[in-house]
This record gives sequence, structure tokens and C-alpha cells, in this order.
Amino acid sequence: MKPIRLWLLLSAFLALAACGNSNDAGQSSSVLNRGLVTEPETLDVHKARSLQAAAVQRDIGEGLVGYSASGELAAAAAERWEVSDDGLIYTFHLRRDARWSNGDSVTAGHFVFAVQRLVDPATAAFYAQFLSDVAEIEAVDDHTLRVELKRVTPYLLKLLTHPATFPVHPGSLAEHGDSFARPGRLLSNGAYVLAEWIPGSVLILTRNEHYWNNENTAIDEVRHHIITQETTELARYRTGEIDITDSVPPDSFPQVKKELGDQLHVSPQLNIYYYGYNLTQPPFRDSPELRQALSMAIDREQLVEKVMGRGETAAYSWVPPGVDNYTPTVFSYASLTQEERNKIAQSLYREAGYSEEQPLQLELRYNTNDTHRRVAVAVQSMWREVLGAEVTLINEEFQVLLANMRARQVTQVFRASWIGDYNDAHTFLSILQSDNEANTPGYSNAEYDALMRQAAEQTDLDRRRLYLEEAERVMLADHPAIPIYFYVSKHLVSPQVEGWRDNVLDYHYSQHLSLKAAE
Amino acid sequence: MLRYTLLRLLGAIPTLLLVIVLAFLMVHAAPGGPFDDERALPAEVAEKIEEAYHLDEPLPQQFMRYLSGLVRGDLGPSYGYRDRTVDEVIGFGFPVSLQLGALAMLLALVVGVGCGTVAALRQDSLLDRAVMAFAMTGISIPVFVVAPVLVLLLAVKLQWLPAGWSGETGAARYFLPVITLALPQIAYIARLTRASMIDVLSSDFIRTARAQGLGTKAIIRHHALKPAMLPVLSYMGPAIAAILTGSVVVEEVFGIPGLGQFFVRAALNRDYTLVLGIVIFYAALIILLNLIVDILYGVIDPRVRQR
Amino acid sequence: MKKSGAILLAILLLAIVGPWLSPNDYLTTNFDGILKPPGLSGAHLFGTDDLGRDLFVRTMLGIRVTLLVAVVASLVSLVIGVTYGAVAGYVGGRVDAVMMRFVDTLYALPFIFLVILLMVAFERNFLLIFVAIGAINWLDMARIVRGQTISLREREFVDAARLVGVSTAGIIFRHIAPNLLGIVVVYVTLTIPQAILVESFLSFLGLGIQEPQTSLGALVDAGVNQMEGASWTLLIPATLLALILLCFNFLGDALRDFFDARRAP
Repeated sequence: MKPIRLWLLLSAFLALAACGNSNDAGQSSSVLNRGLVTEPETLDVHKARSLQAAAVQRDIGEGLVGYSASGELAAAAAERWEVSDDGLIYTFHLRRDARWSNGDSVTAGHFVFAVQRLVDPATAAFYAQFLSDVAEIEAVDDHTLRVELKRVTPYLLKLLTHPATFPVHPGSLAEHGDSFARPGRLLSNGAYVLAEWIPGSVLILTRNEHYWNNENTAIDEVRHHIITQETTELARYRTGEIDITDSVPPDSFPQVKKELGDQLHVSPQLNIYYYGYNLTQPPFRDSPELRQALSMAIDREQLVEKVMGRGETAAYSWVPPGVDNYTPTVFSYASLTQEERNKIAQSLYREAGYSEEQPLQLELRYNTNDTHRRVAVAVQSMWREVLGAEVTLINEEFQVLLANMRARQVTQVFRASWIGDYNDAHTFLSILQSDNEANTPGYSNAEYDALMRQAAEQTDLDRRRLYLEEAERVMLADHPAIPIYFYVSKHLVSPQVEGWRDNVLDYHYSQHLSLKAAE
Repeated sequence: MLRYTLLRLLGAIPTLLLVIVLAFLMVHAAPGGPFDDERALPAEVAEKIEEAYHLDEPLPQQFMRYLSGLVRGDLGPSYGYRDRTVDEVIGFGFPVSLQLGALAMLLALVVGVGCGTVAALRQDSLLDRAVMAFAMTGISIPVFVVAPVLVLLLAVKLQWLPAGWSGETGAARYFLPVITLALPQIAYIARLTRASMIDVLSSDFIRTARAQGLGTKAIIRHHALKPAMLPVLSYMGPAIAAILTGSVVVEEVFGIPGLGQFFVRAALNRDYTLVLGIVIFYAALIILLNLIVDILYGVIDPRVRQR
Repeated sequence: MKKSGAILLAILLLAIVGPWLSPNDYLTTNFDGILKPPGLSGAHLFGTDDLGRDLFVRTMLGIRVTLLVAVVASLVSLVIGVTYGAVAGYVGGRVDAVMMRFVDTLYALPFIFLVILLMVAFERNFLLIFVAIGAINWLDMARIVRGQTISLREREFVDAARLVGVSTAGIIFRHIAPNLLGIVVVYVTLTIPQAILVESFLSFLGLGIQEPQTSLGALVDAGVNQMEGASWTLLIPATLLALILLCFNFLGDALRDFFDARRAP
């Protein structure tokens, strides 16, 4: 082995790697590079469940209804629809020019087929219950779809924007079976087609020439780069490799705000960050005083301003502000100062039977993540300073935390969050109903359940709203969980990108964006 | 030689079995399932999924099922990538990791042996001290510090190189990861080479060669290099292990779709089959590489062969 | 060698005494004093972290924890490795062959992957980190101790002990093990930096020690994320980590040379 030869070998290898694919430069087509913090598990609309999968699916597929760039409902695969007077029957008229990426027409039957697959237990769809308000869905003809509801569902159109309700091409499924969603096979009815998917690296989408609105789609190619480390994503944004980031790392936020402030987009989101109590075990079972004391002792303003500092808002309600047709109920103590709250918290703490000599000993669990770590340490110190509680922090892998949360054996206080599936208070309040599978604290209150049921039966939107608001009030008084803050979406958007609009759902379809011509 | 190779290969089977059992048990003892999420699955759906992936069977039965698949080279479906099999994911990740690891190893060997030889020739000179100080520093700074610092300097500030992997297709994307990965190995190899080179250079046969009037270059090339490489060669085993470990960090920081990154993601997401598949694959790989190193050792040093 | 030893001793002393001299503790947060740069004015010699906690005390705590993890992990590997190697070497024959075959087998395990699995699979605790790291490092120790034991086995004092009727275990632990001290000390010095690196690697993956406790690895990992706006959060713990690793490496090398020279004829 002679060093000289080794050198030659090395440089040859690098040269090979270099000339292998340098054909990128000369292309005139416009390419948008977006960051994605988690890799989609699949693009099968019925088997996917992550937000990131949904983000990509919104680029390659299209439901009956969609959103405009600024987040308003807009016609999509259906060009118009009618609603019966009692609000129970929706008739959708599909676009005659809606096409799959292989040129086939998108028909009403494809939507019916998809819904059948969604609810079939054999599919094991994550969102199988998503359309449980729908009684019947029927293709009147190729371009007319009739949806009959069990009860008035004011958020039906919003549900129909979700990828779980997108159509599926029956022929493609028949041909490929369950692996129809792989790159090269997946047919799309949206603006883009999945051209390539390199696991752990990038999903490359190219223009769908058959898309009905193809001529208004500006960008030719969209690359969703999977970048799990937020700091790496930021570095790649700064080198110009990424045009839109999925997030901004908490540690770099002040720096980013200072240097890239004009490219930073922070916007409220329909998403609550909370600490849940395990209500099935002591010390929190049967001790609303203690639950209230801990909740009041958290200085949420300090937390969002100093510890987070990214524009999050302190949460004093369960439903985030900004939800359509709803005014969140807030804790009765929201108007007090933190000092006043602390005093009440201290007396509640004593009432619950704890004192300096007999402090509360508590385990707080959170999943491994820098933001969660910061919040947990801050809350731990607040509970120590205000109440004298001795809190042990336990960080676990997300899956371990979830398993513990479900088992309700070892957990006491745990971090969790809820992201609204659609813009309605129902998506937040329903998870605390006794029989809901996402009811992590194990909350059960007959009055609350009854109010939620009554709300579901209302045909009048204003009356429905009153029931929902009352339900929230009843629930907040029980303190089944501690709302801590409402999330904000955080993106860096390159000045090259045009058409970006912040919105509460944080949906940003690539087809609404365009790139400034390079000079 | 052939007999030796075959025996070693046979001896690897119990090793592999041990790895498989160990990893299988650990993965299945872990709390949390692959399909848990903040939104719980409806019971009916959860049942269907468990059925589809045979998670409802008793553990021994699952193990036998896994083993029989393994024999056929089928590592099963990935739980995390629901449209792909573990074989496919490894097929994607391994070439990337291999390329990265091989380049890093090559760089480490060339630079490490070069630096070590130069340092040995000028023992105790300023150059020697500088090389050794660099080598010591190289092994004293964790890879996860070196990588982001290099990214900040060379990519973000100076804009010379890309910070990530997926955007580029050319050679530029190799530089930072390969250098980061090679750095500690360069340091180790330089130290090893220097020490053994000093040993060899002071031996009798080199003195004889020198007395015959051979130049330094010729002496190094024809006489000293081969014996001096023996300790370096026996370090290859640990070096491969170190590069595997390092590649987890490097792939994580640069977002490189290699096996290390897949492993960490899979472990955190309870992708049982992918975790198992990668552990077993790597165990087999390490066994194979160690075997190759042993055989190479025999080629360079005939004494080993005769034993 | 003396220099390295002295520096290590000084760092250790500082880590033990330092927190007592500081008016701060490691867990008190101060939301009005987040990421303050180092200086004498605010009584924060090393500045504060992203929650306003004093970094001097936290760094000292980190050194303690890191050294503790490393030393205990090395002790675990020492106990397993010495026992295993000495038994194999002393008993010899077929037992030795089988035992060493097993060590070869374990060399093939992708250990770091198993450690990650272990950390992910079970509730994390301090003890587990020690054991996991120790379990990685005992193989080298076993091999070296075995070699030494084989050469010791034939020495007169071992024969004498055998003649007097000392049991095998007695000979291994009372007569052989003490004579292995030199080589063992060298290898412990060399495994400590490895253990430190593994600990910091686990911290990087978020699998390290629980907050509000900390280790040098955890501090460095946090610092890496903040290096641009608050360079001190990286520079101080990283320098200390590198310094400790350097000193152990130098010390180990020097000790090895020392024992090699003594053993040489």
C-alpha cells in the first residue's frame, strides 16, 4: 500500500462522485426546497397519520374542498356544493376536468371507494372514525356526490379538506394492493406527483400535467427535505439550500429574530401544550384542590415571554383563541396577578394536606426534546419556589411516555399536546369526553359528557356554541389538566418565495407559492 | 487458509444467533408500541394492525417466524415505513453509510499514516510535536461538537460547502461528513504509526539498509512501511466500530440517509423490525470485516498464517 | 505525566470545592437572567444558561457526574474484565479456549447500538448508564489480563501457594490479581476517556442524565445548540471536556510506557 496510490484512489473517488451528477445546474425549471422535521411514514392517505405526511399529501392530492393560501375554505375537486335546509344533506358537484396523474377522470365513485376503504377495519386506518358523523355517501353520477349526515356537522367541509378524505384510484389499488402508495405507483389528483422518495433524505414532487389547475401552478418541482435536527435545518436555510423551514430551533430564536427578522413568520396555531394529570391514581384522584394549586402556581406569562419567547400565548383555557364561532372560557383566576394566584395556590396546597414539613413529592414526565426540557425545568422550579413541592423530572422517549400515559400506572403529571384536526372547538373538547381514546388524563364527568352530547344535537350554531362553552367551563373547574400555552407556527421563508400567507391551520400548499425569477 | 476461513465463518453462527436473541428480547421488552400516538388508535383498528404484523402471537412464535424469515433473507416489513420492507430500507441506507465510512477510513489511513511517518522521521522536532498535539486534540473532542462547528464555519459563515446532504448531488456534500468522521481516526492512526515507525526505524535491518546507502524514501517505502503497518492493521477492527458509532452522529447532524440515522430513528419510534434488522446486519458485517482484517494480517505477516 | 496528573487533580478539586465557594446552586432558575455572559459582576463566573441557572456550579456538577460515570463504568469493566481474564488465564486449557471464544463473539456485537436500545427500552437511570458503558469496555481488559495471568501462572510464588493448598479462587484473587495491578491501572486510565466519550454521545442523543442534574456531555450538547448567540455555553464545558480527555490520554500513555519500560528486560 503506497501512500501515493492511496491519494490517487481518494481523488479518483471524489472526482467520480463529483461528475456523477452535475447536471443539476443548467435546468431552468423552478425548484422549491422545503424542510420537513419528521419523515412521513407513508403517503397512503388512509395509513398515514403524521402532520408531515398530511403536508406532503396536500401537495399531491386534493379533497372535495381545500383551503386558499390564507386559510379560507375553497372549492377544490368539487367546484360547488349545495346544503339542504336541515343541514343534513350535502350535494357536491365535481369538476369535469379533474384528472388523475395518469389522465383518468376523478369521479364521485373514487370518493365513495376511498371512504369505504377508510372505514373498513381491514384497512386499519388511523382516521377510521374521522367521518363518524356521516350516515351515507353515494355517487349520484360520475360527477355528483351526495353526503347524508347523522347529525348536523357544521365542520363537515373542514373535515373534507383532510387527506384522510381524499379520493383513491380503485384501479391502482386493484393493481398494486396495499403498496399502491409507493413512488412510481402512487397516482395523484393534486398539483404534484411523487417522483422520488429517498428514505431519510428527500421527497421529490414534480408537476402533475393533468391537474385541472396546472396552468396556475407556478413551481415545477417541490423537494421536501427530511431534516430532523432543527439546528441543521436552520444551517441549511442560511446556506440557501432550503427556501422554507418547518420550524425554528428555540435556542437560535433570538438570533434568528435579530438577523432574519423579515423572513421569520410566527403565527398562532390551533394547538395546545398542556400537562395532564393522571386522574386515576393518588395524589390527583379526588384532589381538585391540589390540581388547581399546581395549575395556579405556574407563571405562564414568565414562561411564554422569557423561557419560550417565540410569540406563544399563555393558556388559561382549553380551546385556543381564534377557533371559528367560539369564545373560549377562561379560568376564573385569569384576571388575578401572579402574586395573588400564588397566595391562593399556597392555601389550596395546604388544604390538600401538604406543607413545608410534608411536601408534595411528584414525578413530571416529558418526552426528550429541548423545548419540553426547558418548560419542565421552569415548571419544576416554579412549583418548588411557590409551593415547596419536590418534583423529579423524568424524560422518556415519546413512545415510552405514550405507553406510560395510556397505562395510567406510573404517571403523575405528563406533558402532552393536542393539535386541532379542523377549525372547530369540538376537536379540542371532544378528547376529554369519558369514552374518547385520546382522553389521556382519564377525565370522566357525567355533566361534561351530557353537555357535549347536547351540543352535538343542536342544529342551531349559536345554541351549539353555548353548550360547548358551558362544557368547557365545567371541565376547567375540575382541572383535569394544566393548559400551559398555545403554540405558534414558526417558519423561515426565503425572500425568493412569493404567495406565503400565515394561517391558524399552518397549511401551506406548494401550489399557492411561486418563486421570484432569479436575476 | 481456506479451512481457517470456513471455520471462522462457522464460528460466527452462534455469535449471530446470540445477537438475534438478545436484540429480539430487548426490543420486545421495551414499553410502547410502534403504532402509539397522541391520538390513540380505536381498539378495533389496533387489533387489526397487531394481527397484520403478527404482534398478537406469543413471543416464541413471533421469534420463530422472524427466524424463518431471516433464513430466507427476509427481515420483514418496516413498521415505521409502512410501504417498505426492512430489506429495502437497509438497501437504501447501507450503500450511503458504506461510501461514507470507506471514504473516511481511506482518508484516515492516508493522512494518519502520512502524518505518523513524518512525525517519526523527525522525532521530537517541532513538526512532530505539532502533529502529536493535533492527534491528541483530535481524539479529545466529541464528533457531535466538531460537526456543527465545521458546519457553522465552512458552510454557514464562509459558504464554501453545503450544510446538508439531500440538496446536493455532487462531491461537495461528502467533504464535511467525511472529514468529521475521519478526524478522530486520523489522530489514532497517526499516533499508532508514529510509535511503530520509530520502533521499526531503530531495528537492525533498517540500519543495515541505511548502511547500504539507501535513501530515506526508499527505506520507508520498501522496508519500513510494511512492518510498521501491522499495529495499524490490527487497529482496523476497533476503527470500523468507531466509525460506525461516529456515523450515527454524523448522519444525524448532516441529515444523511444512512443506516446509523435509520437505526436511531427506528429505535426511538419502536420500529421493531427495522431496529432488529439493522443490529443483525451490522453484527454480520462486523464479523465479516474482522475476518477480512485477520486474513489481511496473515497476508502481510506470514507468521500468523503458519500458526 | 506529572503535568497531566496535576491538571486532573486540580480539576477534580475545583469540581468538589468550587460549588461551595459559589453563592449559587445548580437548579435555581432566574428568568430575568437568561444567557448572561461570563463575568464577575453578576456572580456568574461562567455566565448563565437558557433558564438563568448558574453555569459555574452546573459545570462543576457536570465534571463530578462525568468523572463519576466514567470511573464507575471503568470499575465495572475492571471487575468483570479482571475476573474473567484471570480465571480464563489461570485455569487455561479448554475452559480458556471457550471463554476467549466468547469474548471474540462479543466483539462482534454492535455495542453502541445495544446501548442505545437499552437506554430507549428501559426507564433511564444513573446505574444503567454505568453498567451499559462498563459492559462495553471489559473485553479489552479481559484479553490483556488473561495474557498477563498466563505468564504469572508459571511463576514460583504461584507454585508455592498451590503447594500450600490455597484454593484456585484464593490464588486468583490473592496472588495473581494484585500482581496485575500495574497493567490494570494503565488500562483503567485508558478506558476512562472512552467511557467519558460514550457518556457524552448518549447525552447528544438525549439519552443521558436527567435534568436538573447534568454532565459535561449534556452541557456540551446544550452549548452546541447555543454556540452562536452564547458561545460560552459551548466553549467552557467543551474545553474542560477536551482537557480532561487529553489528560487521561496522556496519563494512560505515560503510564503504559512506564510499565512497559519496567517490564522490559
